[in-house]
Amino acid sequence: MTLINTFFNLQVMIDSLPQLLWGLVVTLQIGVTSILCGLAGGLFLAVARLYAPAFVTLLIRGYIDIFRSIPLLVLLIIVYYALPFVGIRLSPFLSAVTALSLVSAAYTAEIFRAGIEAIPHGQFEASAALGLSNRHTMIDVILPQAIRIVIPPLTNNCINVMKDTALASVVAMPDLLKQATQAQALSANPTPLIGAALIYIALLWPMVAVVARLEKHYSRGRR
Amino acid sequence: MNTPATPLISIKGLTKAYGTFTVLHGIDLDISEGEVVCVIGPSGSGKSTLIRCINHLEAFAPESRITVDGIRVEPGPALAKVRAEVGMVFQSFNLFPHMTVLKNVMLAPMRVRGTPPAEAERKARELLARVGISEQAEKFPGQLSGGQQQRVAIARALAMEPRVLLFDEPTSSLDPEMVGEVLDVMRKLAGSGVTMIVVTHEMGFARQVADRVIFMDRGRLVEAGTPEAIFDNPKEERTRGFLRAVLNH
Repeated sequence: MTLINTFFNLQVMIDSLPQLLWGLVVTLQIGVTSILCGLAGGLFLAVARLYAPAFVTLLIRGYIDIFRSIPLLVLLIIVYYALPFVGIRLSPFLSAVTALSLVSAAYTAEIFRAGIEAIPHGQFEASAALGLSNRHTMIDVILPQAIRIVIPPLTNNCINVMKDTALASVVAMPDLLKQATQAQALSANPTPLIGAALIYIALLWPMVAVVARLEKHYSRGRR
Repeated sequence: MNTPATPLISIKGLTKAYGTFTVLHGIDLDISEGEVVCVIGPSGSGKSTLIRCINHLEAFAPESRITVDGIRVEPGPALAKVRAEVGMVFQSFNLFPHMTVLKNVMLAPMRVRGTPPAEAERKARELLARVGISEQAEKFPGQLSGGQQQRVAIARALAMEPRVLLFDEPTSSLDPEMVGEVLDVMRKLAGSGVTMIVVTHEMGFARQVADRVIFMDRGRLVEAGTPEAIFDNPKEERTRGFLRAVLNH
């Protein structure tokens, strides 16, 4: 009984629920913004890497490798606590979105690159032979085919970005986790933490299930 | 044969190497408007590489010179113009699998020539009728047989109204029973005055349709002449050896 009262205290849960839901809204704002910025940035990097002059390609590779190597928490703390020393002062929200987007763009670029590379070379040749510009080759021929391939790994990446939004709580962002720890402190009971965990799971489980289905569907479609 | 003053395609000293391995050794070749040229020769002789240089799918030595309708083939802004005038049909069809047959044929005229969609569709349906696959217009390439796919590929190339059509072993990846339907379409095209350069192993087609047959071996243009001259009376020993090998089996 004490266990239930400690971790699943109904009264504490009801009292903290509004606070948790506000936190969820902030989490979604950070997550969705970062996912969109990461997608746009990643697509840009992947296509630029294909067509840009050699030294730009090298810069892009450097970017991708660095941002895949740096721990997100370290990057976030640098953006929030170190950049002000050079006069760049970002709000907690912008710090979180910047760090998440920079890293997500690097992963997304790699995913798109793999997708584009999976398209047979003959598709590029047929497009070139017809006189299509690089832009039309990408928009009309390559990307529509590549998108189908990259949807499962992209969705996976979105799940990771959503989960990583929890790190924003260390820069005083009132996201779901931060609200939960505050509610826990207020009520001297860990139930809000359990509530937050359940909300995270409820949010992401459907996405995880979708990825599993897409991956299965995709592996069946291939011969 | 009366050759006009300026050939449609002019190839001078075409040299291409992969590292230290030379694929083409200074090929010279002129092709006139309306001419049908078949390129024959053993595998690895550079036939495909030769025609892939004409629309610069393969880069070649900068001192080589290819012009199409007076425009020099080289990387840069003029290349798109050359490619719009040079149609190509590939061994592996290379249709766009995510588009219907109709959209495959409509895409390039709309994007490159700026043809309005209605006009592009009208022309695409006309071309699909010409290659005998009107009924398949709404299907996807994956639902078609190899022979049908290759005929769509020919319609797609024709949709740009190119000055010349390049065929890179168009029947080599087809099941034997489908070779005929593709060659029939090509025969009709040749008869209607389309300029064609055909890399092929179909000696019967070359003899029947070509105005000129070119025999290549080890990156060199060994011999060129009328089908009769090449097939019945080859001058070079290498040509004779190749024809003996392919015709006597």
